[in-house]
Amino acid sequence: MSLLEVQNLKKYFATQKAVDDISFSVNKGSIFGLLGPNGAGKTTLIRMITGIFYPDEGQILFDGRKFDPINDVVHIGYMPEERGLYKKMKIGEQAVYLAQLKGLKKSEAMAKIKEWFIKFEMQSWWTKKVEDLSKGMSQKLQFVTTVLHEPKLIILDEPFSGLDPVNSNLIKDEIYKLAQRGSTIIFSTHRMEQVEEICDHIVLVNKGQKILDGTVKGVKHQFKENLFSIGFEEVPQALNGNPPYEMVGTKDHQFIVKIKEGFKPADVLNYFLQQGAKIISFNEMLPSLSDIFIKLVEGTPLTRQFLPKETVE
Amino acid sequence: MNKIWLVMKREYVTRVRNKTFLLSTILLPLVMVLFITGAVFFAARPEGKKKIAVIDKKGSLENFLKGDTSKMIFDFNSGADTSNFSQKGFDGLLYAVDSTGQHFLLKTQKAASNETMDRLRDRLSNAYVSGKLLEKNITISQIDSINKASSSYYTVDNTDEKNKNVNSSVNAGIGFASGIIIYITMFIFGAMVMRGVMEEKTTRIAEVIISSVKPFQLMMGKILGIGAVGLTQMLLWIILIFLISTAAFTFLPSDVLEQVKNIQSNPGMMTSNPGQYSAAAKGIANLTNLNWPLIIGCFLFYFLGGYLFYSSLFAAVGSVVNEDPQEAQSLMFPIIMPIIFAFIIMSSNIDKPDSPVMVWASIIPFTSPIVMMGRLASSPPFWQIAVSMLSLVGGFILTTWLAGKIYRTGILLYGKKPSWKEMIKWVRRS
Repeated sequence: MSLLEVQNLKKYFATQKAVDDISFSVNKGSIFGLLGPNGAGKTTLIRMITGIFYPDEGQILFDGRKFDPINDVVHIGYMPEERGLYKKMKIGEQAVYLAQLKGLKKSEAMAKIKEWFIKFEMQSWWTKKVEDLSKGMSQKLQFVTTVLHEPKLIILDEPFSGLDPVNSNLIKDEIYKLAQRGSTIIFSTHRMEQVEEICDHIVLVNKGQKILDGTVKGVKHQFKENLFSIGFEEVPQALNGNPPYEMVGTKDHQFIVKIKEGFKPADVLNYFLQQGAKIISFNEMLPSLSDIFIKLVEGTPLTRQFLPKETVE
Repeated sequence: MNKIWLVMKREYVTRVRNKTFLLSTILLPLVMVLFITGAVFFAARPEGKKKIAVIDKKGSLENFLKGDTSKMIFDFNSGADTSNFSQKGFDGLLYAVDSTGQHFLLKTQKAASNETMDRLRDRLSNAYVSGKLLEKNITISQIDSINKASSSYYTVDNTDEKNKNVNSSVNAGIGFASGIIIYITMFIFGAMVMRGVMEEKTTRIAEVIISSVKPFQLMMGKILGIGAVGLTQMLLWIILIFLISTAAFTFLPSDVLEQVKNIQSNPGMMTSNPGQYSAAAKGIANLTNLNWPLIIGCFLFYFLGGYLFYSSLFAAVGSVVNEDPQEAQSLMFPIIMPIIFAFIIMSSNIDKPDSPVMVWASIIPFTSPIVMMGRLASSPPFWQIAVSMLSLVGGFILTTWLAGKIYRTGILLYGKKPSWKEMIKWVRRS
């Protein structure tokens, strides 16, 4: 069951095709990674999903129905990459105000904020102003205001940038908990190691187009190069016969090999055992998302090229 | 609608709770009262006696200038000349510059005031009349007594159709003052809206808010919230000024108060026998005679109308610029121009409230909030006020609609400042 379905979405600006025919769907309760290099069109895509922009073409289905920005925005929590809070406003009041804009009653909002503040050990902040907070602290506050109204869909744009590992983990744990309780999370980033860790499903966009769509595991298998690392007690010296692999490199007491076409991992193990090599580990080396990302994006210009004006007008 | 209310409440509460708001609300009327009393004090201070040496070879002036020594003393036998009159203790030297003896020059160390010159001209023309009368065998003492009686024998006052005593300078003053207040507050509150929008844009909270509120609601909430702040301030000012002037009233001399009461209780007396009242009493009676509910009502209407007309334009400017206040300057120029223009029209035509320029400027919404206030105290026709108000309402609906379109795109746009051409495109799109 998908909570959000994006169908053939297009948004062209005067000089560029920001989003050019993108479709994907996000399952209820999943953590979805929206990846792409800077300027790929992620923010424009998110702004259409949050109802800030209207798409030029295509449609968005939210919870099975056509997305209706006016009524559906209360079910969405969005934390943009560029964080913003009123500097001169007291933190407690600010959180209440933002919650009220999302349709919560004042008393309801107060109770929920207190709960979250206790969870994040922020109780003493209530009467402070945002300008008194550090960057990491205001980020925690921003996270709280984003998820406070228990939205069905939470969109987080680079939620960990500027956070120390302790606070990163704190927020990561909360993201898991929210997903378990049924919230769907779209997670936009270009930090691949975080994506591998938390996302179930990813979509990679570049230059306004979708270039990859699948589960993290599936994508890795799709791009695997049959590389294995084999650890030895002692590096075997003379090896004879016709090995079923090609050597890619050695490192300490490890070989990194690529299995030749037509062979299986078992063939490699058999080969070494026959040679009397003392194997202590045998692992498949899947490409990291980072490698896949670089491989796919490499060669294309880093940022969108601006179209010549005549072709648009 | 509920969301506009929430945004509005936040804008209002954060501003009204601010200490600077309280301070400026209380201080401004005080400063104004101090300023006015100071100005009155200096303007009313009489000039000292002037000692003037006269070289009068024909001897035709001596007899006629000697009489009244209250403001000027003339000395005909000082022996002073152009080089030494100031050493001899004279403020000026009066001497004929041609052979006819009709053209005189007053030589002074510093330029003489207008008041002195007017007085001197009066005295010389009186001297001529007296000279002629003397030729007809009327004695100097008779001439003097006629002169003395003449200044207070006939008096003249002005009254309008409704039999109300009017004093055009008081009316003009009140119109002018309320025009100036609207002019200043339009800048203050317009700039406040602009800075508020810029703050939301530069701190990037706009994107957070706009994911739960429509851009137009955010803009409207801000404009209405700050407008409510302005209205609160105005009402507080009106109350404060009322209190201060009531207090000042009690310090007036009792005979003046008596006269004012007389005039108020019996307005006919004023027209039938005005000579018995002093100028101060007439002035105060004038103030109380004005249609204050109309003036205050119109003042609040034009303040709000003018504010709504211009503030959405200020909001649009705030939405398209980035951190750099310099960028805002060039965009603000076309908005500020009509406001300044309105002020110039009002201040240069305040004494001709029914001239075509004033009538048109008081109807066209770009200038009407300021100019109509300038005309109001001289009771313009009712239909003109109605047309002016209607076109102002229409005007601000139009500017808000226009600004909303620019704001919607501008608030999320970072980087280069858009050109006029691009902004026009935003307005025309969809």
